[in-house]
Amino acid sequence: MRLELVPRADPGAKARALAPLFALLAAVLIGGVIVALMGRSPTAAFNVYFVQPLTQGWALQEIAVKATPLLIIAIGLSFCYRANLWNIGAEGQFIVGALAGSILPLVTHGTGAGIWVVPAAILMGIVGGILFALIPAGLRVVFGVSEILTSLMLVYVAELTLDYLVRGPWRDPKGFNFPQTVSFDATLPYLASGGRLHAGILLAPLVAVAAWFVLKHTLFGFGVRVAGEAPKAARFAGFRPDRLVLAAFAISGGLAGLAGILEVLGQIGQLKPGISPGYGFTAITVAFLGRLSPAGMVFGALVMALTVIGGENAQIALKLPLDLTRVFQGVLLMCVLAADALVTYEVRLVTEARA
Amino acid sequence: MAMKRLDGERTGAPLIGLRGIVKRFGSTVANNRIDLDIRAGEIHALLGENGAGKSTLVKIIDGLLQPTEGMILWQGREVILNSPEDAAALGIGMVSQHFSLFDNLTVAENIAVALPPSEPLTKLNERIAAIGARYGLALEPSRPVWSLSAGERQRIEIVRALLREPRLLILDEPTSVLTPQEAERLFVTLEALAASGCALLYITHRLEEVRHLCHRATVLRLGRVVGSCNPREESVQRLAALMVGSEIEDIRPVAAHTPGPVRMQLSGLNLAPADPHGMALRNLFLELRAGEILGIAGVAGNGQSELFAALSGERVVADAGAVVIDGIPVGRHGIDWRRRCNAAFVPEERNGHAAVPRMTLSENVILSRHATGGVVNRGLVDVEAAKAVADEIVTAFDVRRGRNDPLAGILSGGNLQKFVVGREILREPGVLVVNQPTWGVDAGASLTIRQALIGLAARGAAVLVISQDLDEIFAISDRIVVIHGGELSEPVAARQATREAVGLLMAGGKGQPHAA
Repeated sequence: MRLELVPRADPGAKARALAPLFALLAAVLIGGVIVALMGRSPTAAFNVYFVQPLTQGWALQEIAVKATPLLIIAIGLSFCYRANLWNIGAEGQFIVGALAGSILPLVTHGTGAGIWVVPAAILMGIVGGILFALIPAGLRVVFGVSEILTSLMLVYVAELTLDYLVRGPWRDPKGFNFPQTVSFDATLPYLASGGRLHAGILLAPLVAVAAWFVLKHTLFGFGVRVAGEAPKAARFAGFRPDRLVLAAFAISGGLAGLAGILEVLGQIGQLKPGISPGYGFTAITVAFLGRLSPAGMVFGALVMALTVIGGENAQIALKLPLDLTRVFQGVLLMCVLAADALVTYEVRLVTEARA
Repeated sequence: MAMKRLDGERTGAPLIGLRGIVKRFGSTVANNRIDLDIRAGEIHALLGENGAGKSTLVKIIDGLLQPTEGMILWQGREVILNSPEDAAALGIGMVSQHFSLFDNLTVAENIAVALPPSEPLTKLNERIAAIGARYGLALEPSRPVWSLSAGERQRIEIVRALLREPRLLILDEPTSVLTPQEAERLFVTLEALAASGCALLYITHRLEEVRHLCHRATVLRLGRVVGSCNPREESVQRLAALMVGSEIEDIRPVAAHTPGPVRMQLSGLNLAPADPHGMALRNLFLELRAGEILGIAGVAGNGQSELFAALSGERVVADAGAVVIDGIPVGRHGIDWRRRCNAAFVPEERNGHAAVPRMTLSENVILSRHATGGVVNRGLVDVEAAKAVADEIVTAFDVRRGRNDPLAGILSGGNLQKFVVGREILREPGVLVVNQPTWGVDAGASLTIRQALIGLAARGAAVLVISQDLDEIFAISDRIVVIHGGELSEPVAARQATREAVGLLMAGGKGQPHAA
């Protein structure tokens, strides 16, 4: 006996649209079984994970704060993935964006420089991310090196550079030897007093709308989609493959860098190790949860942010380990991919009767 | 070996019988209640246009697909074929249209990897030689595959199948990559096989071959058997009419005319191959004139794809003057730039090269039209304009597309080919380069496309057609050039060339393609 996947003649649009919701449901059920096996009440866990964060004001704010970098990075990554380029180094581009963007706030610290520092810092963050992403892109274009390896390995370069800077030259001399910089004078304003919603959050939906417009309505976006679907057709159309590699990586790196500097200017207010709890990697999941479409990725980023907040709650309330959250995120991604496969293919059981 | 002499058994009980075979894919019915009998020693043609259901039926016989309804009888007993292994165990072998060979392995290694694990590998070279001697399939076991011609590669596939001593051998479009001389050799082999009692199922849309070779022909149309006959007693026109359901018109050639000025020119074009097993183009000279169709004949893999890449600008060369369009040196410019010089191009593969299967027809209009205006404004795609162009192509070239603006991949081969050719011709280009314009396309679509090429040339454009189909070359060309080993022969007027002479050049012979 064996299983066979047979393509469906016409996967309905409705089924495709509903598949992620069924995937979410399946993932919640599997998560419940895991929680039960760990000897806790699944209903209590469900309440802590999914109900409480959605009913408490502070948690809703926190979800928006966490979803912002995830969404911005994922949208950048989607340009690479649509063009069949495997940039998995967004974490590094995020960090380098944060580093490059922090130069100006650090240099102008204590000088009373005006508000212009913030937009200039954001711009430098974007440029930093772009330049860092162009390293794997350039290596691929010039030497044909696999971008998967180089982009991933550059994450460690970025992390260790950050580590070195905040322990060495950029350390706050009055910081009691903690590995961190001074607190910046220039930071993003808050949207409401007493909350955690910083102005950077407004950029995330703008980025999503811009990405939708570029992919849907510009020749460049068309070229990215063609390159991913059929590289030979892209050459026939006259889209230069090398330029496309550089452009897709530049967009991806630039947006990861933007997310990095927004996080520093909006959330943290200084540089220190661990400015990212793995946003650059989680964003890969977000990108595929959203099927690389901007609207889908908004949904994906919110769901992933919800699981992060819920996971922290569960750790406190039910003493469930944080690793469980990671497990749940993995289960969710598998369920989404499986649901997509089941929408596109029909599973058939073939019995091995011999002729 | 089950190949004892079985003369006269062609009239006996069928070796394999299909009864009421139905195969559905979702809502489409690929095979609809098909009955078919094949007898030992018989060469049985399966005729039909693209999309008629030939491939589906063959896959069912080979165990790759399972029928939705109906049964398969093997020597009168019902059998269920769940996999090609089941089919092979009965003695059913298949030589597919597309070779599955490892370029970097030798002939013997390629044969060894395809044998079932139970087969001993001892004396493999002698067995290959024995089969070769018996059926005229000469092969050197130690040669690497990449150094072989298409005909030799096909021989490997056939020997592979014969080593398993088949009683029914299926051949899917076997002559599509062969020179006329190679095809003749193949026919001798197939006749010897049939004489030894093996049944052959021969899939093709080349009617002359069927009349020449086959004892019986079954014709499929739209998934049904529409006729069964002795092809030697039928005319080509009658067979074609059965296939397409109506009488096929012949191409109307334009009256002899004097070609105009040179519109595209190659002067000393050199191009290194893009991949290790590709073909280098060496010092090519060519003049393509207004009002003419120049046919480039040749066996696949002799530099056709490289020539197309160099002509279209998909690959550029350092020497700007090596490629000239209407007096403008374009060698260093890409395909967009050459399109703006009023040239147009149609590559060989419809799916994935000339068109993106998972994009709509209107998006596929943008694919090749974005550089020449009308569908893109300041970097923004004008979807409505592209849809209008798609509709125009659909109407002018009778593309059957079902619903409005479907994905290109949903169209049948012939309809998609009409679309990608029409997309370029409706632009009224001054120069058109087409690679394999009617490859794997049904007779009706072929006629439309060839007629459109002739019409375009008559309106003053210069048309270059690269084709492996000699019938096509002779049907539409004014002049013929042969490509072999990355080099071009001297051009010759089509009226003065003979198939034999062109065939010799295709096989690497020297000399002029004129009649002796």
